[in-house]
Amino acid sequence: MSSERAVDAQSSRLSLVPALTIAVLIGPIAAGLTGTVLPAFGLLKVGGGGALSLAPWSQMADEPGIARAAWLSVKTGMISAIGALVGCLLLIAGWHGTRAFAALERLLSPLLSVPHAAAALGLAFLVAPSGWAARLTSPWLTGWERPPDLLIVGDPGGWALIAGLMAKELPFLMLMSLAALPQINSRERMQVALSLGYGRMRGWVLTVLPALYAQLRLPIYAVLAYAMSNVDVATVLGPTAPPTLSLIVLRWMTDPDLALRAPAAAAALLQLALVLGAIGLWRGGEVVAARAAQWAVETGQRGHAMTEALARGLGLSIAALAGVSILAGLASQLIWSLAGRWRFPEALPSSFGLRSWDRHGPPALDVTLATLGLAALAALIALFCVLGCLEAEHRRGRNLGRLGLLLLYLPLLLPQITFLPGLQILLLRVGAAQGFWPVLMTHIVFVLPYMFLALAGPFRAWDRRYATVAAGLGSGREAVLWKLRLPMLLAPILTAFAVGMAVSVGQYLPTLLAGGGRLVTLTTEALALSSGGDRRAIGVWTLALTLAAWVPFALALVLPRVIYRHRSGMRGG
Amino acid sequence: MKHLLSAACLAFAGAAWAEPDPTDWDAVLKEAQGETVFWHAWGGATTTNDFIAWVGERVMNDYGVTLEHVKLTDTADAVSRVVAENAAGTDEGGAVDMIWINGENFIALKDAGLLFGPFAEQLPNWELVDADGKPVTVDFTVPTDGFESPWAAAQVVFIYDSETLENPPKSAEAIADWAAANPGRFTFPQPPDFLGTTFLKQMLFELVEDPARLQEDAGDDYATVTAPLWAWLEETTPNMWRGGRAYPQSGPRQLQLINDGEIDLAVSLSPGEATAAIANQQLPESARTFVLDAGTIGNASFVAIPYNANAKAGAMVVANFLLSPEAQLRAQTPDILGYGTVLDMDKLDGADRAAFDALELGVATLSPAELGTALPEPHASWMTRIEKDWRERYGVAN
Repeated sequence: MSSERAVDAQSSRLSLVPALTIAVLIGPIAAGLTGTVLPAFGLLKVGGGGALSLAPWSQMADEPGIARAAWLSVKTGMISAIGALVGCLLLIAGWHGTRAFAALERLLSPLLSVPHAAAALGLAFLVAPSGWAARLTSPWLTGWERPPDLLIVGDPGGWALIAGLMAKELPFLMLMSLAALPQINSRERMQVALSLGYGRMRGWVLTVLPALYAQLRLPIYAVLAYAMSNVDVATVLGPTAPPTLSLIVLRWMTDPDLALRAPAAAAALLQLALVLGAIGLWRGGEVVAARAAQWAVETGQRGHAMTEALARGLGLSIAALAGVSILAGLASQLIWSLAGRWRFPEALPSSFGLRSWDRHGPPALDVTLATLGLAALAALIALFCVLGCLEAEHRRGRNLGRLGLLLLYLPLLLPQITFLPGLQILLLRVGAAQGFWPVLMTHIVFVLPYMFLALAGPFRAWDRRYATVAAGLGSGREAVLWKLRLPMLLAPILTAFAVGMAVSVGQYLPTLLAGGGRLVTLTTEALALSSGGDRRAIGVWTLALTLAAWVPFALALVLPRVIYRHRSGMRGG
Repeated sequence: MKHLLSAACLAFAGAAWAEPDPTDWDAVLKEAQGETVFWHAWGGATTTNDFIAWVGERVMNDYGVTLEHVKLTDTADAVSRVVAENAAGTDEGGAVDMIWINGENFIALKDAGLLFGPFAEQLPNWELVDADGKPVTVDFTVPTDGFESPWAAAQVVFIYDSETLENPPKSAEAIADWAAANPGRFTFPQPPDFLGTTFLKQMLFELVEDPARLQEDAGDDYATVTAPLWAWLEETTPNMWRGGRAYPQSGPRQLQLINDGEIDLAVSLSPGEATAAIANQQLPESARTFVLDAGTIGNASFVAIPYNANAKAGAMVVANFLLSPEAQLRAQTPDILGYGTVLDMDKLDGADRAAFDALELGVATLSPAELGTALPEPHASWMTRIEKDWRERYGVAN
């Protein structure tokens, strides 16, 4: 009797976790949206008071260059999302299962976990007219003794920003695709297509893609929303006269004139409207693409060898370029951190030394530890929520529904720049302390969805028959969870934890706006330095930032092997 | 403003602790012991960051004050925090204890009554300050009234690479001609970056008919007075780096561009910056500095303490330490910071004075005689309007 009651109590406590998770996810977002919507219509002023008015909107509209800034957001977001998607799909269609693909696949996790700011800073030096690419080819190839006066980084059209976003989003879409492919029987579909005489690419596009795309839809929208509204990449690579809309919001949000919080809120809502509009447009594009595919099937054409080869080549080039540019950018940061004098057009510094590490290493180490501490705490809390949710759905025997999935994706679909300013306005209005706790809360909002996505697959794939056997041997649900399930899932749990930490390490806007400048992380530090342009310092901090994101992944790989060194079957999870 | 401040003081009267009194320095030192001072200071240059870290070590050792450098990309961020805290009613225990500040940011806080003080002239080391010779009691024509304490003197200089540019242009006109002959080799930080706006003010000084007019509030004749500046920009902008379609986002970024060989000329507010940057391998050995024939603008860097600072005593201890001969000497040492001292050499004792005299200013630093007397900053209203107009004309030109 009493033990049954204890089990019930545990179950009901467990059933609280999904509710708690929703609160943790939705609480800050709802608060932030409120804090954005009200001031945008004059209903809440940071200084107190307020009455319904459209003044914030006209104030926003009067800002010089605002229309172009909005257009830049749409353009850079749309083109980079399309580019990343096309590159990802061409690569998978043309190369999945080949050796080249396996090689790229191994690069995927490290590439994915490079924080956006680090990738952008590396890329900025790589492609600048006096950058590494130009140095490596000058003057012997280009004839440049002096760097050419070309506007590449920060070009008014936003193309450098587009390239940077594409390079960083392609790995994410790849990972999501690779996770989805086994669920949709892609191999069987391809076998049918090939046996009907379709070319590899055409067959893949017509048989596998429709099923894959259904799984990829939400990740793609998340990429689109991020690309349109990001701050960290746009700060480094984006145009400046005018910048993208999100940077105008940020400028107003950090202006000493508190009255500018109102147009900032209006512009933040405009950003949201743009993102929603873009997603709507994208949805329309999906319908058109589906019609086109239908028509292509009906023609019965099997594909031309020429276009097949061209498409395969294009896919590999885009992916390889993305991977190589991020890694080369990081390599250039490593070289700068060790560089003595290094002038254009020398391909390498004329001297090397540890001076920059002596100088910036100790403070960078302090901030690294603080960053990792924050990341670990955020990931730990998120892990508790994720495991609780997954175990609850396991016991109920029902997976997350459509609504649940949408809730999970909400933090990734809503532009950060839309609700974080509102959160700051609200915190200021109620006089709440900004700093560690608000930052932790906002980090969890972004960490949790990624950890759920990373862990849900392995957790659900765990063979329930183990539980049945254990129950037959007299183990209760709790014992099954703690003694069987979690230990067997150690590897994927650690990987999810690493994903969560990497996400936290990379957060810029939440740290900046919820932390009120008091909380310094590697990302805020690296981006603060980017305005100064001391490449050696940037090199040290960018590497520290990248390593902070990588170390948890390395541990996630190594730990299961150490812990289960005598049980080879447990290592892979 | 004054009565706002006394109102704030009244509000505190009931609080458990009183405001630290700068005239009772022993009590300040006692209260400061164990306090943590969050110094909000621009963090874009590694040399200043290192200097502030050194100050932190020293005040920790001598006074038990922990100094945390909150690295800003823009001083306005700290100002906005104080303003926001005030709006939210956070009248004590605020996040900002001390701000590296001057010009419009100082005036904004002072006018709103959001600064602690007056304290500057009560600091023990104020006795050593060259209050007559250096711009330490007036900030952008506004009297400081002891609400901010100076710690470095600054003057506009231009940095150039003597290897690629033999005869640097020393007037607005010469810069325009040289840029026309060498398109793409000149730029300045994008306003509202303070250095970019300072450059515009410097050009205004060069081009305006009557410089004395700039000491008064910008009024109805603003358009007429500034017309020559806009004409100059209209002519020069297309000849600038990237055709004026992009700008470096900060001062130090220009040094990187010189080192990369992208530009030949950069504006700076720190006469010693070039020498320090050469030592840090951020500029070529051949970098040098010059001032315009008609002289250049000078001002001072200050620190101010917000009215709601959490560690006012600690902040005053840091402000006082910044004025010590030891800190001033270190700040002026070329390969450390190269900032001009605000102390009066005649007021120092023999050993301190000898240490300053022995300082080698460095290859790229001008002597005080070469720098000449600094021109006074124009009234802040000019800067505000020029900054806004520049952004409308050139800041969103693409």
